[in-house]
Order: sequence, then structure tokens, then C-alpha cells
Amino acid sequence: MKNPLVALIVGILIGVGGLYFFLPYDPLSLIGGDTRGVVASGDGEARASAGETLRRVRDRGFLQCGVSQGLPGFSSPDERGNWSGIDADFCRALAAAIFHDPSKVRFRPLSAKDRFTALQSGEIDILSRNTTWTMSRDTQLGFDFVGVTYYDGQSFMVRKNAGIETAKDLAGGTICTEMGTTTELNLADYFRSRGLSYKVLSFEKNDEAIVAYDRGRCDAYTTDASGLYAQRLKLTDPDANKVLDDIISKEPLGPAVRQGDPQWEDIARWTLNALLNAEELGVTSGNLDEMLESDNPRVKRLLGREGAYGEAVGLSPDWAVHAIRAVGNYGEMFERNVGTETPLGIKRGLNALWTEGGVQYAPPVR
Amino acid sequence: MSMGQGHKDHRARSAAPLGWNNPRVRSFVYQAAVLIAVIVTVWFFAATAQENLERLNISSGFGFLDNTAGFGIIQTLIPYSEQSSYARAFFVGLLNTLIVAVIGIVFATLLGFLIGVLRLSNNWLIAKLAAAYVEVMRNIPLLLHLFFWYFAVLRPLPGPDESLNPLPGILLNNRGLILPAPVFDSGLIAFLAAFVLAIAGGIALIFWARKRQRDTGQLFPAWRVFAALVVILPALTWLVAGAPFHLEFAEKGAFDYTGGMRLLPEFVALVLGLTLYTAAFIGEIVRAGILSVGKGQREAAASLGLKEGTTLRLVIIPQALRLIIPPLTSQILNLTKNSSLAVAIAYPDLVAVFAGTVLNQTGQAIEVIAITMAVYLTLSLLTSLAMNWYNARIALKER
Repeated sequence: MKNPLVALIVGILIGVGGLYFFLPYDPLSLIGGDTRGVVASGDGEARASAGETLRRVRDRGFLQCGVSQGLPGFSSPDERGNWSGIDADFCRALAAAIFHDPSKVRFRPLSAKDRFTALQSGEIDILSRNTTWTMSRDTQLGFDFVGVTYYDGQSFMVRKNAGIETAKDLAGGTICTEMGTTTELNLADYFRSRGLSYKVLSFEKNDEAIVAYDRGRCDAYTTDASGLYAQRLKLTDPDANKVLDDIISKEPLGPAVRQGDPQWEDIARWTLNALLNAEELGVTSGNLDEMLESDNPRVKRLLGREGAYGEAVGLSPDWAVHAIRAVGNYGEMFERNVGTETPLGIKRGLNALWTEGGVQYAPPVR
Repeated sequence: MSMGQGHKDHRARSAAPLGWNNPRVRSFVYQAAVLIAVIVTVWFFAATAQENLERLNISSGFGFLDNTAGFGIIQTLIPYSEQSSYARAFFVGLLNTLIVAVIGIVFATLLGFLIGVLRLSNNWLIAKLAAAYVEVMRNIPLLLHLFFWYFAVLRPLPGPDESLNPLPGILLNNRGLILPAPVFDSGLIAFLAAFVLAIAGGIALIFWARKRQRDTGQLFPAWRVFAALVVILPALTWLVAGAPFHLEFAEKGAFDYTGGMRLLPEFVALVLGLTLYTAAFIGEIVRAGILSVGKGQREAAASLGLKEGTTLRLVIIPQALRLIIPPLTSQILNLTKNSSLAVAIAYPDLVAVFAGTVLNQTGQAIEVIAITMAVYLTLSLLTSLAMNWYNARIALKER
């Protein structure tokens, strides 16, 4: 062995050979074997399979729910750390459907930037964080949206004394927004298609963006209209600011789950549909006990008195009863969190049921 | 290694049998085993990631770099529009990071040297003020520095309508510091040639002055002549060539001024925060370096009749530098990497543009983060390389 290089190569060959013969397993077979490792899903098999997420959530004893870092009306913690809002309530309904106990959910606050990675990596079971359902997110990021909890659209908040009436008046202005959201792209599309110039300042967190707007660094602050109403409350003088009527984009906000587990996807989708159907059928958290005695076959199917709809997704027959008891029907959830009686004061608008002039329409339970 | 030793080695090697008892064979096997362990680990993680990406139906690969970015960036040093590709957005972010890092390093080094020297001053007040600066600045987290400077810079500034106008053509408001931009006309080449010529002449002058000082001991104010040359020669050409550039002043638009050159408040806050924070550490490094030079050196210089400033410049600093450079390299690397905190105050650096917006639009976390990491690694290694070369140059040469 006069040549060190030869010795090295021989050493490597011996090492590789030894590894090949003496390893008790093929390293690739390890993939998916460790539920706590890099691979979030997996139960000793290489592929994610139906029912696996539900099994893991049950074993763990609680649901991991990804929410925002504080958006009043959608998901925001109070001073004692209790989360409220439509997105938080949806997770409670899901926990109630699974565990019959809406408190068995842990909320994980996520920035817009981190939310997708958290879902992809399995840190959370469901992302319920005012997230817009778009084609690229649905097809390229490895998850599926299960429905729309809130039909939103992007708009602008401006100072009342700035003399801005429509979004077009903002040409040449500076606009503050949050990084890594569809708002950045909508903004670019809107101004580019009209041949107008603009400047954009993208902040990592909306807290800093709103302070910068408040200090006059930007002429406008843009995000989804619902978010604007919520953020306006954080300004030093909310009444000196207004939200423009222009809506420059479609923003259907909804919960998303990882692709590859159709059962889990069904559970999330039908929990949302159950809340919508409950409103349509007049089932509320208040009259639930009377409704359990109802003769209406649609109500009977929804509440599990007829058919085996809950069992079909691995839950108990009365899964929807628990979900509705926990958070009320969709309308109750809306009014409690963002409705006209709350500081946000948002009207139902597009989010009214289809029977009342909105577009909220759930497929039937049958 | 001398010939004799190599010969001895050779004999020792050929004498030992090629078994486990041969230390050379042993060490090669150990090294090969470690190398294999590393390769297998890396391969294992790469294979795991690949398999999972496929299973979760997440697209992978670097093809996304050619797609249209579709978002705006507020500060671009190279032409960029929403129609540009993600690759172009990457370069915009990279340049924004580089300019902050370079300016921050220059200012932090200058300020750090000043603080370090002042802290050793005989003037009690100055020394204590420098000490207070160091303790306050280095003990506040950098992120708070950035928020403080950002909102401190922003708060007192008026809106574009009530812009401050300290000098004609210069405007200051909460959208930034706006300066007139030079626009070049014909005759530019003569002007640039004069500029280059002045610098070349100046450098030659400095070499000549050094040689003369070595030979005759006479001093020549080369630096002053150099400065005068660089100002006067191009200015003369500018007049002769008939003003080859003019200044373009900013004009008031509906909300803001357009045209001119602009320093963003985010940029200023970031440079301020990074500079003030890092300068405190550099100050301590400089102080340590100066204190490491023996007292006798200073006394010897004084006994030769050198002035205080000359002693510092010619005797103390060159010796102190040997101790200063290695830890200074670390601080420079820290500053470059710390500039990634820019994302918090909306300065569009590499992390904000690429690992922030681009990552979110494409969802290709592994590729984007890998590229970002590779960039910071490359920047750091290049900086280390340059600093190590400088360190070797100023190191004590044993003769």
C-alpha cells in the first residue's frame, strides 16, 4: 500500500461491501418507519394510507391545528391564550367530531411564510389559517383544500384624508403587505394589467406591516377585506381609515389537509359541510336536542339518526351532533366571530347561504 | 519536509507488515469508514426527502427558476419587473444583500476601530462613553436594534407632502432620502478616462513618495496630492468636455416623488442597526489587539520622538492587526449573515425575496432553502478566503 489513494479506495470498497452485507435492513426500507422523524406520516409502510391520519390523531389524543398568529375574527388568542375565530372554531368542530370533545385541539400559530411547510412536514394535521384556495397550492404543494369557510377578496385600506376613492387612485403609491401571500401577486397583476406603477413593501409579519402603514410609510395597506377590517382595529385611530369598496381578487379561504389520506380529507370536508347543512336545515346549537327528535329525513341523516354516514369516515354516527354542539352551525359561527354584532362588523354578503343570496352551498348528506 | 525524513518514513512503512497493526492501514480504514458513514447519511436523507416529495405529490427540481415571478420588489439594482423570472428575482435579492453587507462591513469596521481606540483614551469621559456604547449596543438583540432604528428613523420624518428640503435637490421624507440622479450625456469617456488617470497617477505618486522617504528620509504629502488630483483632473475634463452629465431631480407625483436616486428607510435602518451592533464587538476586538502590544513598544516609539498618532499608525496598529484580523473575520461573517434579519423590516434582501416570497409562491422549500444556504456559505467562504490571505500577509514574518 504505497499509494494512499489506493488504500483509501480499497477502504471505501471494503466499507461499502461490509455495509451492504451486514446491515440488518435496507436503508430505504426505513422510510416511513419512524412516525416522529423526517417522515411525518407513515406506519411502517412506505405510502401514506387511508385512515392513517385519523389513527395518529386518535393515538395522540388531540388535533394539531395550524392557525394564524393573530387575526381577529379568524384565529386570535385572548390574553389567557384561548383562541377564537372562524378558523379556530372549525378546528374545534373537527375535534368534537372526532373526540366528542371540542377542547381536544392544540393550536399552532404559523406565519404566512411557514404555514405550508408545517402542513407538508406533518407538524399539523390541518391548516385552518385564512388560506386562499388556488390551483397551484392545491396541485403542487401536496395538499388538498376541503372547502371554503369564508369567501373573501383582496382590497385596500387607506387614510380617509388621502383623497383615494378607488384602487386606481393608488397609482404611484407605496403599498404595505404581508410576505408570501397571494396578495403580492394580485397586487402586481392589478397594477400591471392597468399599466400603473406602484411600490410594494413586503413584511414578514402583518404586525410590522400595519405599524409601518400607521406611521405613514405606505399610502395603503392591502390584504383580504376581512383581514383589513380586523387589522383596522389595531391602528391608533381606526376611524381615520377606510376600506375601499374595490375587490381586486377572488379569495376563497378554506382549510387544507395533506394529500394521500382520502379518509382524513373526507372528515374535514364533511365536518364543514355538516355545519353548512345544519344552518340550511335550521339546526342550531340551541335547538339541537329538539332536532334530534325531528321527523325530517334530511335532519335525521345529518344528525346520525338514519344511515351510517359517520361510520363511513371512521367516526361515530353522531359526529355532526358533537360538531354542531361545540360551535353551532355555520351561521352561528360567522355571527359570533365576524358578524355585524362584533367589532369587525362584517355582513354575510357572499357568505350567506345560497338560499339567501350568497354562495355558501354544501352538498347534501345522503 | 526534508528528504531525510521522507526516507525514514518510507523505511518505517515498508518495514511494518500490512496488517491491522500497521498504523497507516488502520488510519486509512478509519477514515474510509467515516467517509462512508457521511456519504450514506447524506444519501439516506436525500433519498428520504425525494421519496416523500414524490409520495406527497410535491413538485421538485430547479425548473421553477425560469417561471415568471409576478411580484414586485421595491429596491432593484438590476432591471427587474413582474414579468422577470424567479432567477432574476434571486439576483435582485442577492445584490440587495451584498450591498447592505459591504456598506455595513465598511462602516462597522471604521466605527469599531474608532470605538476601540477611544476606549483606551486617557480622557476619562471619552473612555467611559466608548465603554458605555459597547455595553449598551452589544447587549441588545439585533432584531430589536432593527425595529428600533426602523421605527425611530420613520417616526420623525414627514410624509411626501411636507418633505424636508435641507439642500436644493435633496429631499427627506418617510419614503426615503431622495437625491438627484446623474444622467450621462456625450463626452463621458473623456471624463471617466480622466478619473482613471488621476487614480493611476496618484498611486504612482504614493509609490514614488515611499521610495523617496526610504532613500532620503524626506516626507512628501502624497495622500493630499492624491486627493487633490482625483478631484481636480476630472473636474477640469468635465468643464473642457462640456458637462458630460447633468443631474436629474425628483419630481412630485400624486403620492410621492418619482425619479432621482433614493435611499429607502428600510435600507438605512438595516445598515444603521448592523453597523452599530457589530461595531461594538469590533471595538472590543480592536481594544484587545492594541492592549496585546507591549508597553515597551509605545515607550520605544516615544523615545524616538514619534508623535502619538504616528506611533499608533506605524507601531501599534501593525502589530495589533495580527491579533485583530482573525476575530474580525468572524464579525464580518456575522454581519453578512445577520443581514438576513432584513426580512423583519421589509428590506428586500435574499432571504426576504427568495427564501420568503419565492419559496411561498413556488412551495419548493428544499430547493429554495438549499440555494439560499449555498449562497451564504459561498459568501462566507469567499470572505474568509480574502481575510485569511490578508492575515497571512500581515502575519509576523520570521526571518
